[in-house]
Amino acid sequence: MFQYDLAIIGGGPAGLAAAVSAWNEGVRSIVIIERDDVTGGILNQCIHNGFGLHYFKEELTGPEYAGRFEQMVAETSIDVKKQTMVLNITPEKMIYAVNPTDGYFAISAKAIVLSMGCRERTRGAISIPGDRPSGVFTAGTAQRYVNIEGYMVGKRVVILGSGDIGLIMARRMTLEGAKVLAVVEIMPYSNGLNRNLVQCLDDYDIPLYLSHTVTDIRGKRRVEQVVVSKVDENRAPIPGTEMTFDCDTLLLSVGLIPENELTKSAGIPIDRRSNGAIVFDDMQTELEGVFACGNVLHVHDLVDFVTAESMKAGKSAAQYILYPYQHTDQPVELQNGPGVTYTVPQKLDLTAGEAKTDLFFRVNHVIHGGTITVQAEDGTVLFSRKKAHMLPAEMEKITLDKSWFVGHHTATVSIQEGANEK
Amino acid sequence: MTKELICICCPQGCRLTVSDESGELTVTGYTCKRGIEYGKTEATAPTRVITTTVAVTGSSWCRLPVKTAGGVPKSKIFDCMDAINQVTVQAPVHTGDVVLSNILETGVDVVAARTIE
Repeated sequence: MFQYDLAIIGGGPAGLAAAVSAWNEGVRSIVIIERDDVTGGILNQCIHNGFGLHYFKEELTGPEYAGRFEQMVAETSIDVKKQTMVLNITPEKMIYAVNPTDGYFAISAKAIVLSMGCRERTRGAISIPGDRPSGVFTAGTAQRYVNIEGYMVGKRVVILGSGDIGLIMARRMTLEGAKVLAVVEIMPYSNGLNRNLVQCLDDYDIPLYLSHTVTDIRGKRRVEQVVVSKVDENRAPIPGTEMTFDCDTLLLSVGLIPENELTKSAGIPIDRRSNGAIVFDDMQTELEGVFACGNVLHVHDLVDFVTAESMKAGKSAAQYILYPYQHTDQPVELQNGPGVTYTVPQKLDLTAGEAKTDLFFRVNHVIHGGTITVQAEDGTVLFSRKKAHMLPAEMEKITLDKSWFVGHHTATVSIQEGANEK
Repeated sequence: MTKELICICCPQGCRLTVSDESGELTVTGYTCKRGIEYGKTEATAPTRVITTTVAVTGSSWCRLPVKTAGGVPKSKIFDCMDAINQVTVQAPVHTGDVVLSNILETGVDVVAARTIE
């Protein structure tokens, strides 16, 4: 059995940042457990640029961003166990894992950081009808084939989903010589950044079909045709609006799911709305000594935000190891009011941690002109700020001073719409 | 001439207006100074940074991610891709190493975006 002060599950951007942060706080017994052959996680295949503008103040590609943190880890004596799959975590903070050199083994840790990331939703998750030929890929799988394995996945391509991964892959496939016939989006607006609509679609004259979805896949061995239909305001396909695309490939960019099997195995409560663990403002889960950060906690838009959140988790884990503390059993519970899908953190501990905390949340529909408010159970408005545009695809961040919450038990985060017409 | 543009310099995506009505190019709608430069370049001679991969030998990796160290003319993107696709690199290679210098006489180098030992 191995013993460490801190075990970090997952060596992507979240795990690397948490490790560096904990090291900087003085923890000297740290292991990062990574299932892939290399650390860096999804950044290895995100070869496009645009990473690091917040954290490094320059524009980096994914591998360059990961490389910066790998270098920081290499300058410490943090252990990195690669090709290592964690099978189970117990509430006693025992980690059971397997790899080719150690075989099956256990790690006992004083604290654990969960940074396992997320995975893609698949065709099965959204139940697209039709044949079952080859040529249907999730966008991230296709990205790995093209950018790391060096295989092109198709010549004539339809992409379902206009999130950033779908847009980035539309450009990538085009640069590598494929014809992208359409990007199809079920919502009446794109879920991608405006800059990606410009530089990935407009630059290459790739059409974007809003309020449309894929309603049939046809093909015997390989995809031959994809049928796209317009949808009504309830997202139901409208008969008679079918368009048929002759293509050999369908890429799906239809959402990401935090990978929380290990979290659940440890009995850690999950927030059904964020699909990640419920955490306090120090990123600690409801299981003492276990912290969570990055896309396993909630899906982020920007790796820079993952880094900031994970630095905080690493710092808190270090505090817990060096100066053990327990959370109050009477935290302030944050609730989701009208317009808000989820918040992270979900609980504030006024007796421990830092005086201020960032609060991340997502709105549940497009809002043109609204006021973000945080209101205590007795109606006291603790925070209020106007904002011109808010989109479900863009994570919102506000900074709260925990002293505002003294004397309160719950607070509701909500959006009042139309409060600030231009 | 007045052009409406979306700045691609960062995730903010500012809506810019570029106009030459006063006799010289003016940009409005930016929130940082990079928007001014982007607006002027985009309205006159748009450029893009290309990120792609090249073949690499002598390693367990088979593709090396690369990028143009600066913007290349938008009209030359596909010609640049053709040129980049001719390149094979021998490992070891380090982040920032030039794998193709002065691509298509643009004055821009193509550099490695990861280290492969």
